Amino acid sequence: MLVVTALAVVRTRSMFAVVMMSGAFSLLSALLLVTMDAVDVAFTEAAVGAGISTVLMLGTLALTSRYERTSHQSPIIPLIVVTVTGAALFYGTLDMPNYGDPNAPAITHVYPEYMERAPEEIGVPNVVTAILASYRGYDTLGETAVVFTAGIGVLLLISGLRRRRRKGEPDDSDERPKA
Amino acid sequence: MMRHHLILRVVTKLLVGTIILFALYVQFHGDYSPGGGFQAGVIMAVAFILYGIVFRLEKVQKVFPPWLVHKLAALGVVVYAGTGVASLFLGYNYLDYNAFNPEHAEAGQELGILLVEAGVGITVTGVMVAIYYAFAARTPLIDDEEW
Repeated sequence: MLVVTALAVVRTRSMFAVVMMSGAFSLLSALLLVTMDAVDVAFTEAAVGAGISTVLMLGTLALTSRYERTSHQSPIIPLIVVTVTGAALFYGTLDMPNYGDPNAPAITHVYPEYMERAPEEIGVPNVVTAILASYRGYDTLGETAVVFTAGIGVLLLISGLRRRRRKGEPDDSDERPKA
Repeated sequence: MMRHHLILRVVTKLLVGTIILFALYVQFHGDYSPGGGFQAGVIMAVAFILYGIVFRLEKVQKVFPPWLVHKLAALGVVVYAGTGVASLFLGYNYLDYNAFNPEHAEAGQELGILLVEAGVGITVTGVMVAIYYAFAARTPLIDDEEW
């Protein structure tokens, strides 16, 4: 179903349908993650991928045209690039341990220690939260800073454009009251 | 222009409160069930974005003004980093939550995780809503016939 949705996204010309189908694609991958018992990741995928990015894409869609233009360039070179990249990715997965392999490095390295120590040291039943917020507290601090920086970047880009376009006009926007 | 979307408006009014409640549940129940600051922040932002889409941008900005959104995005990082600094001042390592309750390390850890998750949630909510505002403020209002 994931493949069918992806193909549909490529083939469809109507942007609205494409946005909706990429949301469906995210939801399907969230389901895939649920069946792999990665509930926290699935939750994030459903909320971010299917929820908010679809809404933001719709917001962007309102700024652009509603249909994709047909391109006149030859599709050969992009096709080659995509095929080579895909083949490289497949080659990379060959080295990865099988799903559920008890000897996988992700399971044998620090993971058992976390599983053993987290209930006594942290006292939080959800080990994912314990690892994220306590053992890997620095990482999560970094992630929060990244989210914040990305937000600032988007704001600067978009509101910078706004101001340039509005130059000469009275600034009637109430978006930034003190800037 | 949104006068005639009666069902949408009624359902949204019902849903916004529920969504915010669910976001708070995900935020503070993250210790026991899947979820945490990141997911809760996104869900919280969705509540405001939904309100902004169905009603108008000005309406939601009256409730949640842009300057507050921008401040919140920064405040979350400050809360997170401040938790670390607080543990430093209590004589422990940076972000070592045992500092908050040395006799009962688990309680200290709970408190620390609660604080940093709150920081994450606040930042994510702020950034998401800010991005939505930035996009929506550039958008000319769409006629209903166009969809």
